[in-house]
Amino acid sequence: MSFEALKRDSDKRWLDLTTGSKPWIRVSSAMCCGTSLESDSIVSEIVNYSEKNKIPINIDTVGCHGICYAGPIIDILYKGQPRIFWGNVTRDNVIKILDNYIKNDEVLTDNLLGTLGDRFIKGIKKIGDLPGMSLQNRIALRNSGNIAFNDIYQYIANGGFEGLHKAVTKMSSDEVISEVKDSGLRGRGGAAFPTGLKWSFMANSKGVKYILCNCEEGDPGAYNDKGILESDPYTLIEGMAIAGYATKSTNGYVFIRHGHDGPIDRTKEAIQQAYDNGLLGNNIFGSDFSFDIEVSLTGDSYVAGEETALMESVEGLSARPRSRPPFPAAYGVWGHPSTINNVKSLAYVSEIIRNGSEWFKSIGTESSSGTAIVCLSGDILHPGMYEVEMGISIEDVVKKIGGGIPDGRSLKMLQTGGPLGGVLGPDSLKVKIDFDEMAKAGAILGSGGIIIVDDRTCAVDLTKSLVAFCQYESCGKCFPCRLGMTHLLEIVEKISRGKGNLTDLDLMNKIGRNMQAGSLCGHGQLGYNPISSALKHFQKDFESCMDGNCPTGSCNERQIVFPENTRPNSWQTIKGN
Amino acid sequence: MKNINNEQILNILKNQDHTTVTILSSLLSVQDEIGYLPKNAISSIADFMNVTTNDVWGVASYYLNFRFNPPGQHTIEICWGPSCHIRGASKLQSSVLEKLKLKNQGDTSDGKFTLKFNTCLGACPQAPMISIDHKLSGKMNSSKLLKMLDKLN
Repeated sequence: MSFEALKRDSDKRWLDLTTGSKPWIRVSSAMCCGTSLESDSIVSEIVNYSEKNKIPINIDTVGCHGICYAGPIIDILYKGQPRIFWGNVTRDNVIKILDNYIKNDEVLTDNLLGTLGDRFIKGIKKIGDLPGMSLQNRIALRNSGNIAFNDIYQYIANGGFEGLHKAVTKMSSDEVISEVKDSGLRGRGGAAFPTGLKWSFMANSKGVKYILCNCEEGDPGAYNDKGILESDPYTLIEGMAIAGYATKSTNGYVFIRHGHDGPIDRTKEAIQQAYDNGLLGNNIFGSDFSFDIEVSLTGDSYVAGEETALMESVEGLSARPRSRPPFPAAYGVWGHPSTINNVKSLAYVSEIIRNGSEWFKSIGTESSSGTAIVCLSGDILHPGMYEVEMGISIEDVVKKIGGGIPDGRSLKMLQTGGPLGGVLGPDSLKVKIDFDEMAKAGAILGSGGIIIVDDRTCAVDLTKSLVAFCQYESCGKCFPCRLGMTHLLEIVEKISRGKGNLTDLDLMNKIGRNMQAGSLCGHGQLGYNPISSALKHFQKDFESCMDGNCPTGSCNERQIVFPENTRPNSWQTIKGN
Repeated sequence: MKNINNEQILNILKNQDHTTVTILSSLLSVQDEIGYLPKNAISSIADFMNVTTNDVWGVASYYLNFRFNPPGQHTIEICWGPSCHIRGASKLQSSVLEKLKLKNQGDTSDGKFTLKFNTCLGACPQAPMISIDHKLSGKMNSSKLLKMLDKLN
């Protein structure tokens, strides 16, 4: 089928869904909603209801709306009315909501979030007025919550694969790279390297080449990569295919941690649907461009998300970093040129090609164009995954979108960019969400996770938890990191037990500098960051803890049980008899 | 421990659901199928991939999800990453350890439970997170968790 025919077909299906006679019910079922909040049981309740009452419906499971505090969310589109949303729905109250609306046109106000769309219903608020929604500008997440994550036709009906079609049929590879360069898109995985420039390193080599998409995402506090794959895996697939075309690559791997079944299953299904419709595979759109994508699984290892460790893992080996040079663009997976992009970076690409670089450049700030997908967690009223324009202040994100700190507490610390990022104090609320502004403030935007910590937590306690994470996840290849992280954890733990003295701070600084100089990858190089940034803002906490007076008591209260290594010492011990 | 013969393992390896077959993909397939890596899996994979047992053991001992004896009937995971830590994960750890009479992560002697401490279960808005037999539950507290364990008994 030609792309034009595919698009006509998809548009027709979309029209049936949105204007047909059946109510269209969408149930959010990504991440939290899909797992811990059991949206699958809500779906089966609705299906039962429809069968029992012989009421024909269309029902789809959709992605994340971002306002995780309100999940699971259902919405109904029916009889030309706007979409009406209810939040915190359970299997117990969902039927009442449906029954009243479908049979009696009555909108139950319990759990009601509001309506969406240009039209509205008198007396019902608009969901777009919620700060969690109005301050969002969704590009990578444009379809999230709107289309079924397992229906490629819904994606196509919403402009999907137009970017790939335009790139392959109307543009040269170099033009695609220039377009992405001009857009100012920078890598969303942590290093913020310009994506177009990264691609251009691949342009001149020939033969088998790889596009690797990194969804390892082990950062506590960040869940936006998984969020994209569970909500709209097609945008990633399209972005990867465009990256493949731009760099003249032949194969792509989506790299996900084993056990995260949501993103794995949904991505695999989406890839299969793309193959079935000729959007992946040989001679895409009848051109000589061919591209294959498959999902590659890794085991539990945080360092596997580092670009060279990731390549080792794709090859099926232990995920330990390689030394650079040679860089991946010259010598990557199995020795072939490779480019590694984060899920979020690739999720923007299709829209950049479809709408042009000027459009993307006009969003965000001068040095960081586009949006950031921030994940709020910790001591915050409205935790969730929000896509905001670059340039918004952290204060607006925490107070307006996140709703501030609950329980009458006050903000004490912000932990950004994953455990290797940094700890910020309340004085940094004015800092803008922007790669360079945040780096200047001593933190990184990184993967977009922001953990908000209130005044019940001592800085030493938080630091201990961060350092424990980094120590546990060190791959062990470089001894400055392997031994250094262990030594740092010992010292921080000692301080949290009310011992230690000021010379320990100098010692930690020395260890930290050695780690930075002597480690191959960011894990060791940045491993001292949590301590140095915490000391910068909260040295007083460290000093009182040394005197045995933890300022909040949380150091004594929260005793982490560090996981013990339970594996046998050697192959011989299991082989035994 | 049920006996898994080499032929069964070879079958799993041949039918694995991975297009690119590697040492890691083979290990993951065996563990997915059997629940752990039995003794003969390492050498079978070495033969299958045409590498040494050392090569396979190197990968198997690197990733923290691999285990070498059968897991308990129920696997309980408690997240202790920073997001969950500040929301009270350490209390969950200590109450479950006490309940299961364990000192650290591991298996109970009656073979009923396997306790694992996980660094991130990936649903931080609902912190603290736990998972029981791969089903996540959030906003957890000790009494709720202990009740859930009682139900399993």
